[in-house]
Amino acid sequence: MCLGVPGRVVEVKGAVATVDFWGVRRETRLDVIDEPVGPGDYILNHVGFAIRKIPADEIHETLALYELLLKEAEGDMMATDIRGEISAGGRDDSGA
Amino acid sequence: MTRVPDIAVSAASRELKFRDPAKAQALAHALEKVSREVGREPVSVMHVCGSHEQSIAKFGLRAILPRSLNVIMGPGCPVCVTDVPEVDEAVVLAQDGLRIATYGDMLKVPGTAFSLADAQAAGARLDVVYSAAQAVELARDTTDEVVFFASGFETTAVATAAVILADPPPNFSVLSAHKYIPPVMEIVAEMPGTKVEGFLAAGHAATITGSAIFERFVERHRIPVVVAGFEPLDILAGLVKLVELVRDATPRVVNMYPRCVTPEGNRNAQAQLWRVFRTTGGRWRGIAHVPNGNLRIRDEFAGVDARKKFRIDVKRLWDHAPSTLTQVCICGDIMAGIASPSHCPLFGKECKPDTPVGACMVSSEGTCRIWHQYGGHPDL
Repeated sequence: MCLGVPGRVVEVKGAVATVDFWGVRRETRLDVIDEPVGPGDYILNHVGFAIRKIPADEIHETLALYELLLKEAEGDMMATDIRGEISAGGRDDSGA
Repeated sequence: MTRVPDIAVSAASRELKFRDPAKAQALAHALEKVSREVGREPVSVMHVCGSHEQSIAKFGLRAILPRSLNVIMGPGCPVCVTDVPEVDEAVVLAQDGLRIATYGDMLKVPGTAFSLADAQAAGARLDVVYSAAQAVELARDTTDEVVFFASGFETTAVATAAVILADPPPNFSVLSAHKYIPPVMEIVAEMPGTKVEGFLAAGHAATITGSAIFERFVERHRIPVVVAGFEPLDILAGLVKLVELVRDATPRVVNMYPRCVTPEGNRNAQAQLWRVFRTTGGRWRGIAHVPNGNLRIRDEFAGVDARKKFRIDVKRLWDHAPSTLTQVCICGDIMAGIASPSHCPLFGKECKPDTPVGACMVSSEGTCRIWHQYGGHPDL
């Protein structure tokens, strides 16, 4: 569970961001991250909290790795960890 | 004997899903060369991260490592090092009718006599959560007492700290089994007969703490520390740098994961972590007493500390004898880097993911569980 998961910020409301993880929208808390984020930024989410803003030039590289891992079958533990990290976000009730 | 790894033809290559095979091959050659240049063998280095071990095992990295290089998984699984008395505390609270929320991996970790899953089977109420914030939400939706049994290293403890600081409801409390990685590296370095000559530090934990936190360790023990990411290329690059530092006898901290880690780390996260938690000594399962290795809630937040809020009498569990198999389990030696799962007579036989004897088979970050899924050391 140290893998975290990257996602794209869709909207920010106070200390909570709506984040898109490959089409799944979740709420991610912004209490812990050390720089401001806005729509379009990518963050690394760990247990429901954004822990880091991913620099623009590394987004592609970072996503590619996770996409490779997420192709793995159900039961693969790295893929399961990542899916769990996505589930860690609060349900997004914005109706999007 | 020189064995030049050839990824293109090795049996492991079929398993190896590098995104950049040419780069992987170059790194494998560099690792072979630098390991040879050390001039003695074996050279043993340790990583302390379940995700590192998953990646090493999943991508078959040990099959392309030089034979003279031992890459050992140390105490890098926070669930595995959660000690029996900590599990007992959670079991007692569950038996007393409190609602326990915890990360899924914690359910099967053995206590003196029972795991949380055993308590659940006997009627206790347990909720699996993926986040501390979800545990708080549970508490908001009920008038019952909800205790979040919190495990994880500093990366995860930060999230627990954040929810404690965000004014949780009065029926929410935390039973902290959080652990702090830097002190246990000291323990491993000081173990008599330790073979560990370098540490590969976990990228995402260092995202929080920063790489500079390891400077004092390196100064004190003259053992190099390289911060590395968890994808195969990151790990190979980290190992090349680490073995170079061993070869040159120039111990220092090198950050090979600058895209996620800075020297100073995430200061905002650190401020919240240390505002809520203090370090205290405690046992890590199978390892040792680790001075400053446990994160406990400061008195200022006693109202959310389950240990202060409730009387937790674990003695009643001591009437139950632990399973005799647990006496055979060598989890401790495995986490200390002295043994590997293949040395354990229970591995894959009495001890499997569905029926774990030791904590290393429970968590998806435990060495035994990982080796059981992916195989650990392909014999080519």
